[in-house]
Amino acid sequence: MEGGFGSDFGGSGSGKLDPGLIMEQVKVQIAVANAQELLQRMTDKCFRKCIGKPGGSLDNSEQCIAMCMDRYMDAWNTVSRAYNSRLQRERANM
Amino acid sequence: MDSSSSSSAAGLGAVDPQLQHFIEVETQKQRFQQLVHQMTELCWCMDKPGPKLDSRAEACFVNCVERFIDTSQFILNRLEQTQKSKPVFSESLSD
Repeated sequence: MEGGFGSDFGGSGSGKLDPGLIMEQVKVQIAVANAQELLQRMTDKCFRKCIGKPGGSLDNSEQCIAMCMDRYMDAWNTVSRAYNSRLQRERANM
Repeated sequence: MDSSSSSSAAGLGAVDPQLQHFIEVETQKQRFQQLVHQMTELCWCMDKPGPKLDSRAEACFVNCVERFIDTSQFILNRLEQTQKSKPVFSESLSD
């Protein structure tokens, strides 16, 4: 995991930077950042919706949190599709 | 975003056009992703999450996305118009 995130920017000893490798690594880092953002917002939303009064344990809330996670992904995908459609429409009108 | 891509080009001299294109594409993708994240949170149309996303909630999300984009465009257009007569962002702010 250590070496996987860009300790070697495609130099491979030749002294020249490989743009292809840099681009791949940047893509990975972007994907990681997006996953983190999604996770953080999902956690925030599901905590607010499912945990009214924080008690001694999660037991009763686990089912709510699980459903919330699924609904969050459904919502995310719906929004993504809707936004994409809107962008296509705007481009078509230009 | 525009100033950052031109300043990075200036800093590195001639930027590999392949890399430049890559940066532009990824930047645009990121803008899209960011907005989806924001709108999903902003437009949350459910009280308590249920076993599925019902059609009313789905329609609510779609409407919200459309109105959000409309709002954004309206603001840009109106700002452009009012800027012409009464500049809100004066030159001195950029000093």
